[in-house]
Parts: sequence; structure tokens; C-alpha cells
Amino acid sequence: MNIPATLRYTKSHEWVEALPEGIISVGLTDYAQHELGDIVFVNLPQIGDPVAAGERFADVESVKAVSDVYSPISGVVQAINEALLTDPAAINADPYGAWLIRVSGVALPADLLDAAAYQAEIGED
Amino acid sequence: MGSYVPATDADRAAMLAAVGVESLDELYAAIPASVRLARPLNLPEGASELEVSRRMQALAARNTVFPTLLRGAGAYRHFVPGIVPAICGKETFLTAYTPYQAEMSQGVLQAIFEFQTMVCELTDLDAANASVYDGATAAGEAAAMCRDRGRTRTLVSAGVNPQTLDVVRTYCAAVDAPLQIVPTRQGVTDLAGLADMAGQQDACLLVQQPNFYGLLEDIPALAQAAHAAGAKLIVSCNPIAMALLRTPGDCGADIAVGDGQPLGLPLAFGGPSVGFMAATAAMMRKLPGRIVGQTVDAEGRRAFVLTLQAREQHIRREKAGSNICSNQALCAMQAAVYLAAMGPAGLQEAARQSMQNAHALADLLCQVPGVRMAFPGPYFHEFVTTCPVPTGEALSALEARGILGGLPLEGELAGHLLWCATELNTPDEMRCAAEALREVCA
Amino acid sequence: MSTAQIPLIFERGQAGRSQSRLPVSGAPGAEIPPALARRCAPRLPQLSEVEVARHYSALERRAFGVNNGFYPLGSCTMKYNPRLNEDVAALPGFTQVHPLQPAHTVQGCLAALRQAETMLCDITGMDAMTFQPAAGAHGEWTGLLLIKAYHRARGNSARTKMLVPDSAHGTNPASAAMAGYTVVNIPSNAQGGVDLDALRAAAGPDTAGLMLTNPNTLGLFDPNIQEITDIVHSAGGLCYYDGANLNAIMGVARPGDMGFDVVHLNLHKTFSTPHGGGGPGSGPTGLKNFLRPYLPGPIPVEGPDGLAWQPAGAESIGRVKGFYGNFLVVVKALAYLYTLGREGVPQAAAHAVLNANYLMRRIAHLFPPAYDAPCMHEFVCTLAQLKKEHGVSAMDVAKAMIDAGMHPPTMYFPLIVHEALMFEPTETETRETLDEVADALAHIHAQALADPNALRAAPRTTPIGRPDDVAAARAPRVRYPRPESEARP
Repeated sequence: MNIPATLRYTKSHEWVEALPEGIISVGLTDYAQHELGDIVFVNLPQIGDPVAAGERFADVESVKAVSDVYSPISGVVQAINEALLTDPAAINADPYGAWLIRVSGVALPADLLDAAAYQAEIGED
Repeated sequence: MGSYVPATDADRAAMLAAVGVESLDELYAAIPASVRLARPLNLPEGASELEVSRRMQALAARNTVFPTLLRGAGAYRHFVPGIVPAICGKETFLTAYTPYQAEMSQGVLQAIFEFQTMVCELTDLDAANASVYDGATAAGEAAAMCRDRGRTRTLVSAGVNPQTLDVVRTYCAAVDAPLQIVPTRQGVTDLAGLADMAGQQDACLLVQQPNFYGLLEDIPALAQAAHAAGAKLIVSCNPIAMALLRTPGDCGADIAVGDGQPLGLPLAFGGPSVGFMAATAAMMRKLPGRIVGQTVDAEGRRAFVLTLQAREQHIRREKAGSNICSNQALCAMQAAVYLAAMGPAGLQEAARQSMQNAHALADLLCQVPGVRMAFPGPYFHEFVTTCPVPTGEALSALEARGILGGLPLEGELAGHLLWCATELNTPDEMRCAAEALREVCA
Repeated sequence: MSTAQIPLIFERGQAGRSQSRLPVSGAPGAEIPPALARRCAPRLPQLSEVEVARHYSALERRAFGVNNGFYPLGSCTMKYNPRLNEDVAALPGFTQVHPLQPAHTVQGCLAALRQAETMLCDITGMDAMTFQPAAGAHGEWTGLLLIKAYHRARGNSARTKMLVPDSAHGTNPASAAMAGYTVVNIPSNAQGGVDLDALRAAAGPDTAGLMLTNPNTLGLFDPNIQEITDIVHSAGGLCYYDGANLNAIMGVARPGDMGFDVVHLNLHKTFSTPHGGGGPGSGPTGLKNFLRPYLPGPIPVEGPDGLAWQPAGAESIGRVKGFYGNFLVVVKALAYLYTLGREGVPQAAAHAVLNANYLMRRIAHLFPPAYDAPCMHEFVCTLAQLKKEHGVSAMDVAKAMIDAGMHPPTMYFPLIVHEALMFEPTETETRETLDEVADALAHIHAQALADPNALRAAPRTTPIGRPDDVAAARAPRVRYPRPESEARP
């Protein structure tokens, strides 16, 4: 299972990356995409939507299931990865390249997991 | 008594023994005695097939089948080629379940895929679903497709069939979404009034083509007005009229809905019929209910499946856009068989003759003193006239000649009749209707 | 069976080919104003009648109905659809009647609705019934709107929550959401019934009602049923009965006597009307007297001059469908009720339960029931162990059943059972059929142990193998494409 050391993680299997100028990028982990199976569609929020830490902001569909994606942070959606709307398979192929949203106006929260802690988390599952 | 239970006494005894109980009653041990029904049902005794057949024929005989129908208002008697009921009565189509098991259901799936394509062709839109209950519920579902957090209000033209309006109202009220009526002017949606009231709270505008009074709406202008306010346009359309009318897709509509009953389905006292729904590609994933898609199997063979199921209630549960589960598959197939049997030329001919007959009927009726057209605009196969005598008297006179006359309207149009003609109406019938009206008005 | 592709109807025929349907019209030619006229004809098939006939005959051979074989779809009640019912529903006195004819010309239709209402009310313990809902989910929604109207009429707008057990059909929470309710999931207890403590904890001043299927989707009758409805009523909520599983208990126990205030029925399940490949169904909603003011209209009533339409009351929830629902489906159910009658209705129920228990006993050693208790009309097996030990899933077994000439049971439902297969044989299957099915399942089980790969490749006898659902959903093709040259202007 690929868990890049440069990223931070949540227990609900999202990854978080701090970009310059206070922008934070959010996506689904390799573990998440593996558990979900072939992803066929992603419902993303709209630019300008508020997101709140711990609340759902998107969902991903496989053929016979739909799973909520929870925001690790509170802020405002600054960008969405529109390419995923036509190529949701990118989440399966490259989970850490396939960011879902970018959020502005927040600092990275302190309670996120580092790679080792996330590894321990999914090891327990 | 009648029964479809095949178990003989010997079967029953052997099966009870295998299950390990003494009696059928013991199978219900889990049901508390306090909720057991302590008496026989208050139903008649069971009956043989012949007896039931007689009883049902006696019921049917208590209805009047009018030889001549000059009434539509949402249900239309058109010619139905003989092959249509023959195909739709095939036992396998009749007794199959929803085609969830694709490998053994390719026939049903392909038939629905073909229906979806035909709906797209009639409406000139990109994607259609496998159908919903009827035209009215299709309109309610379409309005729900358009709502989002920012835009919740549904605008409905007063030219929409009042039953459709009622159903859309129920759909909106259920989730406390506002609904606003857009008035008509000379029988068609008032564009100026629409421009005044449409705004940023509006999710969509629902109009009907031809509208309830049979009149042709200026759909391109309505699309422009709706879009100018940032709202979607939903066109509820008569599928037979679509053979001749500029299509919703061509006019800029986002969604087209309608009732498929005119396409080879009997009047049937209003049901079952079938609601069709088509949308632009951008709105495809918001379509409710089942959708059949084309794919391949492992060997690359063309295959059809129920697709985009993650939108639906059985997966998304309370987050689904709609609760709809069943479609009207057999009725959808009936419409598809009708369209295949008629072909493009046949459908256009049915539409043309309906329109011509309606205009001929209007001319005949308006020769009766005191009868005039209520509205000046162009119409398809329905139209509204005044009636110089109480409508009940006029209709009784027509009924005496085996004619179901125009529908008496209510409200502001009380005293008016909404007439309809189709390709089935002969010149003699229409002359006879005008004659009866002339006599009662004399 | 041939695996050759059946051409789409659009791939058949020739331009200009047609069948003569209408006489040449002599009427004067009214024309659509050019600005509103269609620009090019719809691209519909252009076929001779024999091509149409053969096309659909080919499609029919690739479908599977109750008339073709065993169809144990759990919660779908795929019982035999008597042909008599089709014949009577095809009588011109029913099919050729316009829905807006004056009441005195449709006394037979109104009487059919009233008679069906009277009988179904007696079977359910309800006081009135509306036939407007066209399907089960539609009936659920209608019932929830009645509950909503009731609370609203009492000035209570705080009741915003609908309680739904986790074993419920997906339509229940979806209908609740469409009726404007927030769904509260109630867990199941170890016996598969409603967890009473969880229900007590959830029920309160914000509870609008409870939706319950009983027997539930595990095929078990909840023995605490009266306590369940009491808890909800004590909290001020109403109780909604999902009639999906009524076939087990009709004529034996009534939802009205269990404490339910509203029910919906599926005439296409319990009352033998055919499913038609997915519809039309009919989902009438029954209710107790105190909910009558909220009925959708118009309502057929006895009047001074025979049966008449009474308009909806001022507090009505409003129309839920055009006209009066799927009338011909009601006609079929009425013929069925007349056939079975007083004794036949409970007899059908008891034999549905007998058949289910018999089949369950015959296969339990291979496919263990999720809850080891006598079942009602259906039972749920869990194949979790088979999956774990042999890598053969419920899906694999289901697909192998297709090769054995029968329709698979409901798969992967209810969600609370892993690798679930839900069997509902219905009362119209013979003992011989059930024995053959049990033997076939034993054979499949043996194959699962001996050659699991073979099962994972099932079905092999169908025109296609397992389709690529992922490709279908990622790049949806939901219509036959129009040639580029004929794209929209």
C-alpha cells in the first residue's frame, strides 16, 4: 500500500497536502481506492462552497456502492479537479495525483495523521 | 373455490413433515396470538375461472364505450396497429421481473435501450431513462432534477395540464419547495409576465407543448426567458405532436417529459400509461429511475445492463435523488413497438391527420351559432370553444349520439369546451357532432 | 442458445420501407407555423411488419419470466400470473374507457375500484385505500405524505424524523427523504428484529413515524410488533407498514391489528399481477379513518345516483399521479381476489410459508440461513463461509443458477447479511420444482468446492457472459448513436 511520507492523512482515508499560499489539496488514499474498487463517478462540490472538518463534501460511486468523502478541514472550495468528472478512473490509477478539491483560507489542522500513524491505522482495520 | 396452489394433500403432508411441523397453522407460531386474525376474511367465497370471468365481464359492461371520442385532455384514442398488443402480450415480456440479471435479460434490456433511443429521437435530447409512472410524475421528477441549494422554486405555466400541475405541486410541497404559477395570455404562457417574475431563486420553468388548451407555445422564446433567469426549461410534450413540432432539444430545453399513452396504449380509464424523460448530456446523471446502458462482456460481445445504479434508491438510500424503483417497462415497450410499427412516416401521418381533423372539427363546430374559438393562436389537435348553452346540455345531446364531446372546463373558462380529434375521427362523426350541437343550441 | 448479437431495431430495415397503417386523408391541410415546425423527421425504424414481429420474437427468447422457470426473487413475490386476469383486463369495457368520462358512464370502473378497496381493506385492517400510487415506492411516499399532513394539521412541525430499520428496502429511506423527512436508522437485534432499546432511544417528540416491513426482509415476523408500534405511538408518531411481504400473512394477521396506521400494498407482488419486466405495478396506500381527510382525490364514493367522484378535501396531500392510478392492474388484482376469495387468500399465504420453509430445510446444510429460525414466505442464506473458504461468492452461485435454468434469488440484500441470497419461492411452485431446485443447488455447492473457477465463470449458457458494469457506468452509452452526418443542427 502506497503511503507517501510527504502527506498527512485522516482516519476516514483522505490525504491532505499543504500547497503554497495557504491552499490545501484533498484526495483519497491508495487504501481507500483499493477498498472502493473501480470508481465510476465522483460527485464534487462547487467552487465557493464551504466545507467543514468532519463533514462530507463529495461522494464517489462504484458500480454497486456510493461512499461519502469527508473534509479534513474547514474552509472554502477554491478549486475542484474537473478532470475526474470525465475520468474517475484516475483515482484508482493515481490516487495521490487525483486530488478532489483545493481549499483555501485554512491552516493545516494539527490532528492529522502522518504516514506512519496512518499505516498503523489501516494495519488495524 | 379458486386457487393457484398446486400442493396436493400428500404434498402438504410430506412437506410439513420435512419442515417438522404438524400443521400449516404451526408455521405461524412466531405471530403473537393477539395479532392473529380470529375470524375468516370478509371476502366472497372463492370462485372458478368461468365465474370470475362472468363477474368481470358484467363489471366491464357497466361502462360506456363511446364509439366517437372528441375528448382528450391528457388521454387520447389513436389507431393502434394490431401487432402492438400481440407483441406486448407475449408471456415472457409480461411475466419477467426487472432485468437485474443481465445475462438472462438481454431481450428486455435491449427493448428498453431501444425505447430510450426513440425518446431521444422524438425529443432531440441526449439521454433518456427507462421511463417513470406517467407524464405527470415525470414532470414532478424533472422539477426535482433541477432544484439545488440556491435555486428551489419551480415555475409552472398555467397552460400545463391541471392534473400535471397538481402532481408537481405535491412533489414540491413534499420537500417544502416553492411553486409559482406563470399566467397565460390568450391561452399561452405570458412571456412578459414570466420575465417579470423569473429570478435567481428559480430552478426551472415547466411548460407544455401543445399546452392544455391545445395551443402551440413559443418554446424557443420560453427557453430563452428561462435561461436568462438562470433556470432550466422543462417541456412536457405530446409524443405524437413531436412528429411535426420543433423538438424540445432544438428549442433549447434542458429536459423533455411526457406521457407515452398516445403511442399505442389504450385509454384504460387513465392507466397504466408511461412517463418518458429525456435530458441533455449535462443532466443525464440527475435522471431518476432505471437507465439501460450499452457495454460488453468479457469476450467483447455487445451487452446491455442497468447502469448508473449508484444514483438510485437501492444504493444511495435517503441520499437518492428519487425513490423511484419500478418503471413502466411493458408500457414503454408498447410505445416502442408502436413507433417501430408506424415508422417515421406513419407517425407523422397520424400527427398530421389528427391536426387536420381537429381543424376540420373546429370549422364545423364554429358554424354553429354562438360557438367560437376561445383563443386565436395556432393549435395542434385540441382546441377550446365557447358553448352557447350549458355545457351539460350540449354534452348530453352528443352522448345520445354515442359521442363523448369536449371536456367542460372550470374556473375562468367555465362554460367552455376543450375538444380533441385524432386520425380515428371520420368526417361523418364530426358532422354528426356539429349537427347534434346545432340542434341543442337552436 | 445462440450467442449471435441481435441487431438493434435501428440496425434493421431500409429507408422508405413502411407498412400501410392509415387511410389517405381527405381533410384540408392545416400546417404547423414554420418557426415551430420540426426540422427533420425523427430517426425511427423503417421496417416491414414481419421485421418488427421477428425482432421482438428474438428479444423475447432472450428474456426470462415466471412462465419460463423458477423465479425465487426474495421480496419480489414472483408468483404465477394467472392468464384469466390478463383476459379480463383486456375487455374493451375497461380498456376503451376515457378517464374523463362522466361518472354515470363509468359505473363499472368505479365499482371495480370500490370492490378492490373493500377487499384489500379487510385484508389489511385499514379503513380506506387510494389506488393512485403506481408502484410500491410511490405508495410509500403517498403514505408518508399522509403522515406529514396529519402532523401538520395538528400544528406540529417539529416531527421531522422518520425511523427506518437497517434491514429496510432502499425505497423506504428514499421515500422518507422525498417526503421531506430526516431518516434515523434503527439497528436490528440479534434475532433479526427491531432493537427495542434503540427504538425507544430514537423515538421522541421529533418522531414523525416508523416505516416497517413485517415480516421483515430477513423473512422473519417480528414477535415484538405490538410493543414496537406502541413505542412509536407513545412518542406521538404514526406507524407505516411496507406491504412488500404481505404475501406471508394475508388472511392470517393484519397490519391494522398490529398497530399500523398506513400501509402500502404491491398488487404486482402479493396480488399476482405480472411485473412486465419492471412495471406497470400498482402500489395502493391504505389508511385508518383518522387519515381520510388527507387522501388524494378524486375519491370514488356512493352517491344518490350510483357511484360518483368526490373531490379531494381541503387538507388533501394533493394528487400523486394523473387520473386514478394503474387502473388495469387493479382490475387484474380484483379478478385474483375474486378467484381466491375468503379461504383462498390465507391458503395462498400459508403455502407460500410452507414452500419457503421446505426449501430452506432442504438447502440449510449447504447454504446456512442467516437466522436459524422458521421463516415466513422467504429466507436469507449467508454464503460468507463459502466465500471465505472457497472464494465463491453469492454472485457466483447466483450466476450458476442461471446455467441450471432458473432465475437467481435476490443477491446482497438485506445489507446487514454478508454474501446474502434471499429466496422467495412463492405458493405457486410445486413440491417437485422445489426438490429439483434443492438438487440443483446441492450440485452447485459441490462444484463450488471442487472447481470454484468454473463457478466464477458462470453463466456459460447465456447469450452473453457477465457484462462490464464498470465500463457501462464510466462512459455511459444510453442510446443508439445518431450518425455524425445527422447530428443536430
